[in-house]
Amino acid sequence: MNAIELEHVSKHFSTFTLDDISFTVPMGAVMGLIGENGAGKSTTLRLLLGLARPDGGEIRVFGTDNPDKEHIGVVFDECCFPETLSARDVGRVLASAYKTWLPDTYAAYLRRFQLPEKKKIKDYSRGMKMKLSIAAALSHDSRLLVLDEATSGLDPVVRDEILDIFYDFMQDEQHAILMSSHITSDLERICDYITFIHQGRIRFSEEKDRLLSRFGVLRCDETTLRALDSAAVHGVRRTNVSVEALVERERVPASLTVDPVTLDEIMVFTAKEA
Amino acid sequence: MNLIISNASGQPIYDQITSQIKGLILSGELHAGDALPSMRALAKDLRISVITTKRAYEELERDGFLVSIPGKGSFVAQANLELVREENLKQIESRMQECIALAAQSGLSLNDLCEILTILYKGE
Repeated sequence: MNAIELEHVSKHFSTFTLDDISFTVPMGAVMGLIGENGAGKSTTLRLLLGLARPDGGEIRVFGTDNPDKEHIGVVFDECCFPETLSARDVGRVLASAYKTWLPDTYAAYLRRFQLPEKKKIKDYSRGMKMKLSIAAALSHDSRLLVLDEATSGLDPVVRDEILDIFYDFMQDEQHAILMSSHITSDLERICDYITFIHQGRIRFSEEKDRLLSRFGVLRCDETTLRALDSAAVHGVRRTNVSVEALVERERVPASLTVDPVTLDEIMVFTAKEA
Repeated sequence: MNLIISNASGQPIYDQITSQIKGLILSGELHAGDALPSMRALAKDLRISVITTKRAYEELERDGFLVSIPGKGSFVAQANLELVREENLKQIESRMQECIALAAQSGLSLNDLCEILTILYKGE
C-alpha cells in the first residue's frame, strides 16, 4: 500500500500556482521534498494534510481521501505549542486531543531527548522545541510522519539525534516519512526518494540513488559544451574562466570526466536552467 | 561484521556493500547460516537509505550468496563451492589483467611475468 498518493494536484493563488503535482510515497519509504523557498513545498504539505483544499486532482493518504488523522504525525518549522506550557502540560492537552495518545511513549521520548518536563516551552532552545514537537508527533501511534522544514536551523549534533529517531521510526515497514527542506542536509541520507519542486511544478521525482548516479557535473570549455547533445545538458553555470554543466552521464561521451553531483548542485543547476 | 562505506569513492554504495559481504563470505569470516542484519537495521547502521540496502541484498540473493526467509531475515547461503571458485577465478583474472597492463607499460615480456609469478608462488 502507498502511504501517500498525489495525482495531478493543483492549487491557484493570486500570485502563485501549484501545478499538476503528482508523486507517491510507498509504505516503508522516506521521501524528501526539496526546492527553494516559495517553490510550493509547504502548500503541497498543507493540501496533503487537509489544511487547504486543492482546485483539482486527487490526494490519498493510507489509500483514502479521508484518512484517520490520529495516525499522522506532523512537525512544522515553528513549535506550535503555547509558550507558557511545559512539556508535561503539552502531554496532558494532547492526551485529550488524541484517542491514540501513548503517555508512556511520550514520557520515554522526553527522557531520551533530555527535555525537562516542568520547564516552560518559552525557556527551551530551538533544538529542544523541535525535539518536543517530534516527541509529540511520534506519541499517538503515528504511521506517517510529515515534517515541514523541521530541521532547518538546527546544529549538526541535534540533526544527528533526529536522524537516529527517524531511522528507529523506519524500522517498522508499515511506517513512512515525508519531509520537506530547502537545504539538502545530512538528513537526506535516509531518503529513499527525492521530489524536487521548482516554481510550483515538479521537476523530477525519483529514487535518490538513481538520481545521483544518473547526473554528474561536467567542467569544460564552451566548445566542448556546444558539441554535446542538448538533451544531455540540464543546466549550465558560466564564469569567466570555465563552464560547469549538469549532465546526464549516459548521454555524454565516456572520454569526458564527469564528477559526482550532490542534491544541492542538482537543485541549483536545475533552478538556473528554468 | 564490518562494512566500510566510502562516500568519496566513485563506486555506488550498494556495490560497496555487495562486494564487501561477498568478500566476507569468500574469506570464511561469514559462514553458511549466519544471520545478516535486517535491511532496515543495516540502513540505520550505515546511515543510508533502505532502498540502497535492499538493492544490495537483492543482488547478493540473486548471485546465490544470501537466502531471504520472509519474516525471519537474510542468511548466508549454504556454501556453493563451485560458485565461490568461479568468483575467485573472476577476481584472479581481473587482477592478472592489471598485471599484464603494468608489465606492458614497463616493457616486461610474458616470460618475465611467468618468472615473477613462479618465484612468488614458491615463496622464494
